[in-house]
Amino acid sequence: MSLAEGTRPRNLPDRLTNRGTRVLRSWEMLLAAIAVLIFIANTQASPYFLDPWNLSDATFNFTEKAMIGFAMALLIISGEIDLSVAGIIALASTAMGWALQFGVGTPGLVAIGLAVGLICGAFNGVLVTRLGLPSIVVTIGTMSLFRGLSYVVLGDQAFNGYPSDFAFFGRGYVFWVISFELVLFLIFALIYGVVLHATNFGRQVYAIGNNPTAATFSGIRMQRVKMILFLLTGVMSGIAAICLTSRLGSTRPSIAFAWELEVVTMVVLGGVSILGGAGSILGVVIAALIMGMVTFGLGLLNVPGIVMSIFIGGLLIAVIALPRLFTLIRTGRAS
Amino acid sequence: MNRMTDIETLTSADPVLRLSGITKTFPGVTALSGVELALYPGQVTALVGENGAGKSTLVKILTGIYVPNEGQILVDEQPTRFTTATDASDAGITAIHQETVLFDELSVAENIYLGHAPRGRFGLVDWAKMRADATEILDRIGAKIDPRTPLRELGIASKHLVAIARALSVDARVVVMDEPTAALSQAEIEELYELVERLKSEGKAILFISHKFDEIFRIADRYTVFRDGEMVDAGLIAEVTEDQLVEKMVGRSMDAIFPQRDHTPGDTVLSVDGYSHPTEFEDISFDLRQGEILGFYGLVGAGRSEFMQALFGVTKPSGGSVTIDGQEISIRSPAEAIEKGIVYVPEDRGKQGAITAMPIFQNVTLPSLAQTSNRGFVRMAEEFALARKYTERLDLRAASLDQNVGNLSGGNQQKVVIAKWLATKPKVIILDEPTKGIDVGSKAAVHEFMAELAAEGLSVIMVSSEIPEILGMSDRVIVMRDGLIAARFDGEGLTPEALVRAAAGYEESAA
Repeated sequence: MSLAEGTRPRNLPDRLTNRGTRVLRSWEMLLAAIAVLIFIANTQASPYFLDPWNLSDATFNFTEKAMIGFAMALLIISGEIDLSVAGIIALASTAMGWALQFGVGTPGLVAIGLAVGLICGAFNGVLVTRLGLPSIVVTIGTMSLFRGLSYVVLGDQAFNGYPSDFAFFGRGYVFWVISFELVLFLIFALIYGVVLHATNFGRQVYAIGNNPTAATFSGIRMQRVKMILFLLTGVMSGIAAICLTSRLGSTRPSIAFAWELEVVTMVVLGGVSILGGAGSILGVVIAALIMGMVTFGLGLLNVPGIVMSIFIGGLLIAVIALPRLFTLIRTGRAS
Repeated sequence: MNRMTDIETLTSADPVLRLSGITKTFPGVTALSGVELALYPGQVTALVGENGAGKSTLVKILTGIYVPNEGQILVDEQPTRFTTATDASDAGITAIHQETVLFDELSVAENIYLGHAPRGRFGLVDWAKMRADATEILDRIGAKIDPRTPLRELGIASKHLVAIARALSVDARVVVMDEPTAALSQAEIEELYELVERLKSEGKAILFISHKFDEIFRIADRYTVFRDGEMVDAGLIAEVTEDQLVEKMVGRSMDAIFPQRDHTPGDTVLSVDGYSHPTEFEDISFDLRQGEILGFYGLVGAGRSEFMQALFGVTKPSGGSVTIDGQEISIRSPAEAIEKGIVYVPEDRGKQGAITAMPIFQNVTLPSLAQTSNRGFVRMAEEFALARKYTERLDLRAASLDQNVGNLSGGNQQKVVIAKWLATKPKVIILDEPTKGIDVGSKAAVHEFMAELAAEGLSVIMVSSEIPEILGMSDRVIVMRDGLIAARFDGEGLTPEALVRAAAGYEESAA
């Protein structure tokens, strides 16, 4: 590297590899390549796949889960986890359906959905940050607690009869085939991407996930950051509850059953380290696209749901194991 | 000296283990380039070199953790290849590491035999034999520890002895000791020397890594010097002097160890009054003036680090007050301490100081993000500028500012941590064992830098267990013992003997 005139020689360069090379070698590139392959495979497998309205329908397979996934990604990077997100959806949806019986209108329903999400997130957050309990245990507990409350209220009943303007959140289209949910997904992807990668807050999330002790010693208010992350995850679950309830048009206590695992799968597939400290929002976005396309493509081929989950599970293990296998081979274990 | 007569016997032996032309590179860094090392049966070879010279990398190659890019490992002159830690231990190489990895929840015997426990019928662990064998090994190294004790009940020095016992529990021909005395008291160091002598007489080849020259000249037979990843020199200890060895190590001769300072302390910056903690320390009071270096001396466990961490807001004190620039403040978290201008460079770099999986520049700016950002949004250019400013001042050796701190040597990691704190522009900097585990060259650099900071008006509290450092650097010294201030020295009467007496509690009637 030659020095421009007037600049003094630098002892330490900022970076050795430029950003372009980094992006090319990244996990996200690998995922993107897989996404393209799946896309091509889908177009070959079914002639209906490329239809714009079909593709638009396919996005509903991931938009709600991915919205939670963004907040979950931050939470997992910070070294915590929230397994109660699907429980929060059930409770928030039940609260909305219950309020509906008293003639609460759409703005009120939305407020209730958000508030329940926030309260559930706060409950998890207080247990983890104030009492110092492990989040995996706390949220396994609240997962059953939240959904259990929903069962108590509903039994085997369902709430129906949501107002027609409430349907916009889950069934509305902003422009042509572009649904309101897809727009919301993109906006949240952008917001969370910026928060994680371009703000002090995001930097602190990484620092906490990598070394909580050193982060605390560096003056980061760790409990406050984690509390905010639990609140965010709760609110995102509330938003997902609004969209999903609107899309289904009814509330049953089994709503969004086992979504927490699909959300965590999406986040981990997106390259977020389950041990904390590493990951990106772009990875989660691509992982969401992959999971959405796989589910939809297999659906077009009339593959039953249980086979789909086998496929998703296999994909997760393959995508995580392959790079590790390559490094093992490269470091000369097999010389 | 019977040493001279020994030279013939020393040189007649064939090496057990020989490294030839070993090169190890990491992305952007060459850690070792074509180094040679030979270890002989019944002899102690001292490996000396500054931090970053490649000693730790070499240990990792010897123990099979790293695979070299080039070069050969020869056992009994037969080329072999270590690709896993098991390969190395099968070849009879065992290591006692700088920071030992043991398990608090297991018993002493289980720690010693983890991974190679004696088996009885049906492949089950033979607990009786394990305990008996453990007792035997512990006896052999002179450690009075019951093998059934859970490890967490032991102190740091006893844990170290367990680590040594663990290393000796495999039938080793080569024992690598990576700074084995760093955590030990003087009496324990003496016991370790005896142990080394015993291992020598058993015919084991010992690689002894240390920064302490008195140690090296006392127990080593041979030396090998590394500098910047290359082998500079090797030979017999009997044929070299301390000064020559230092010169080879740093590539220059060093005269004055401690910097000369003109010290005219200014106004009182920090006053601590009656600081107490339920269990760790009590009634700590002192004043710190501008531009002053205040030394805190004491034995390990005297409560110095615990007090400093309370002052920094990590733990809560049970009483007392802190005044900074005449204003009484309360410090409930490190964030508040940093805000008020008090920063703490911890003793445990890897756990408390640096975030090793993050790049240098992000480590440096972590407490200063408010400075480098705009409305909460990070500005990388500002971050690089800030990181460069302070790391260049500390003469950090790295491939780039984007390199992960974990890839740096201990001394350079310490520089990153110090840079991180200086970037916050503190009023008071607390350095907890700032030169622990650092080689002579880096030590002098850190000392010089401390003197410079004090001259610029920064107030320094230096916790140190090294008497020369305390004597050489401090304007005033406070000695702590069992959580209390045992003595204060304002320049007069400050002798090594007085420090040791105060720290150990052998005062002749404190007036």
